[in-house]
Amino acid sequence: MKSFEIIDTTADIGIRAFGADLSEVFANAALGMFSIITDTIKIEARLEKRICVTAPDKEALLVAWLNELLFLFETEKWLFNRFEITQLTGLKIKARCFGEKADRSRNELKREIKSATYHRLKVEKQPEGGYIGEVILDI
Amino acid sequence: MAEAWKEVIHKLDENRWEIRPDYKKGMRVPGQIYTSESMLAQIWEDQAFEQVVNVSFLPGIVGNSLAMPDIHFGYGFPIGGVAATRVKDGVVSPGGVGFDINCGVRLLRTNLSLEEVKPNLEKLVYAMYSNIPSGLGSEGKLRINEKDLEKVMTRGSAWAVEKGFGQADDLICTEECGCLKGADPDKVSQRAKKRGLPQIGTLGSGNHFLEIQAVDQIYNQDIARAMGILETGQILVLIHTGSRGLGYQVCDDYIRILGEATNRYGISIPDRQLACAPVQSPEGQDYLAAMACAANYAWTNRQCITHWVRESFIKALGKGPREIGLEQIYDIAHNIAKIERHIVEGKTETLCVHRKGATRAFPAGHPDLPAIYRNIGQPVLIPGDMGRYSYIATGTDIAMRETFGSTCHGAGRTQSRTAAKKGLRGSDIAYKLGMRGILVKCDSLGSLAEEASEAYKDVAEVVEVTQKAGISRKVARAVPLGVIKG
Repeated sequence: MKSFEIIDTTADIGIRAFGADLSEVFANAALGMFSIITDTIKIEARLEKRICVTAPDKEALLVAWLNELLFLFETEKWLFNRFEITQLTGLKIKARCFGEKADRSRNELKREIKSATYHRLKVEKQPEGGYIGEVILDI
Repeated sequence: MAEAWKEVIHKLDENRWEIRPDYKKGMRVPGQIYTSESMLAQIWEDQAFEQVVNVSFLPGIVGNSLAMPDIHFGYGFPIGGVAATRVKDGVVSPGGVGFDINCGVRLLRTNLSLEEVKPNLEKLVYAMYSNIPSGLGSEGKLRINEKDLEKVMTRGSAWAVEKGFGQADDLICTEECGCLKGADPDKVSQRAKKRGLPQIGTLGSGNHFLEIQAVDQIYNQDIARAMGILETGQILVLIHTGSRGLGYQVCDDYIRILGEATNRYGISIPDRQLACAPVQSPEGQDYLAAMACAANYAWTNRQCITHWVRESFIKALGKGPREIGLEQIYDIAHNIAKIERHIVEGKTETLCVHRKGATRAFPAGHPDLPAIYRNIGQPVLIPGDMGRYSYIATGTDIAMRETFGSTCHGAGRTQSRTAAKKGLRGSDIAYKLGMRGILVKCDSLGSLAEEASEAYKDVAEVVEVTQKAGISRKVARAVPLGVIKG
């Protein structure tokens, strides 16, 4: 099964992430987002960063989670390609994120993402089983 | 199917189209789109008109939920959306401003001609590229501390001018003189400050750019002269950037805060990205105070870049500042909410005018204009894509009556970024532009492909609608010579 796909909109770009459970959806959405920023295969997962984010519901949590990762990229140059979700309730996510600080000689930075948005935001159980998460990014 | 929009979008005249309030339950006012029939199919296809409808749900909205002809799909508001809400009982919505608060453009004029610049173009573009930090996650060469950042947020461009970045005249020719009142740094989160601190004086990436242009058409000699545009071939410089990470974070923070407030105040909205709170509520006031900080940061940013553009010209051309010129024509925001006075149904009302991808276009005689433009109206700057041309226009009385003194802000996308990239390679685009004498320097060839001409509406078509509808009037057109893309 595909872990994520890119949704095309006229001005922006979105991610549709899939998973057997919510943790997988969140991890795949994060991977999808970093794949827009850089070539995630070239990220060396040498360092670990622990993250804890809260929000009023699971949809807002997806936005908050992605925005936390963007914040770490922008302020500390973190690039991640592996996410181990250690706790996920509707209101809180705890994760171990693996990656490195961007090295411009190896990590080509393709695109700036301003933020994850709440527009057409979706985190749902699929009728055929598994979960799906959709989020539009402002770029 | 192709004509399906005709059931929903009704023709008022060639350039004005209406969505009636009975289209969807909850609409408080009609939607009105300024466009030509030929551009409507696209607006229908990318669902941007639904966003015009959604905006009409906002409590306290007056007149129409408006869209300028460069309308395209946004999030919450469409890009090109304008909505005015009553301050006394209406709401403010961060989604009506967008993430890049006070993204805007600044236009400088030189005393130089195309013939003087052409042989030195490469040198000039290179000097600007190396002197002005650009690209993804670019950090400034300006090292400021938190105290400085507070001054940037409260005083805007004036802070930069005092530090030696620019001249007093720059302030006069900037919307709000480069400083929006009511800014309160305590309303800006530490996270936003952390993002903003290293990025002051940077162009950023995406659709932000610096452009050396030559005037190629003058439509109104007298008004052009009043702006210091004297003849075709005159060189101009256009700067397009905004509030960088600080603005993005302010927007994100307040969509979250106002999202909770929306429920608390019992407001029902069709899209979470339209999160809003009464303008007069603590949450609404806090957002406006933080937004003003980001707006002032953006003006400071463009002010610093202006200074480095001047430095680059001096260095590359070996001429003095007087000989070069580079005086400011104007600087305008195209993502902002402003408290303004407008006439609504015969009465003067204080409104919160949201402009998201739309430009203020005040007419001659408006008290907010600097003395030099009082007789001609506010300069409106409308950048096109890098392969075509940009327009200079002025605001009108019709804009004041119909669009809360607003007009379009650019070309507007027609193609998604990935679609644009599929058909085109960045290197091919640079080559093609080079063949036409347009020199492009950029941080990432991928982002160049996304910004190709083919991905945008022809800005001429957009400007034609505003001209025919009378919401702004063409003054001159300029073509690109050298482009620096972030």
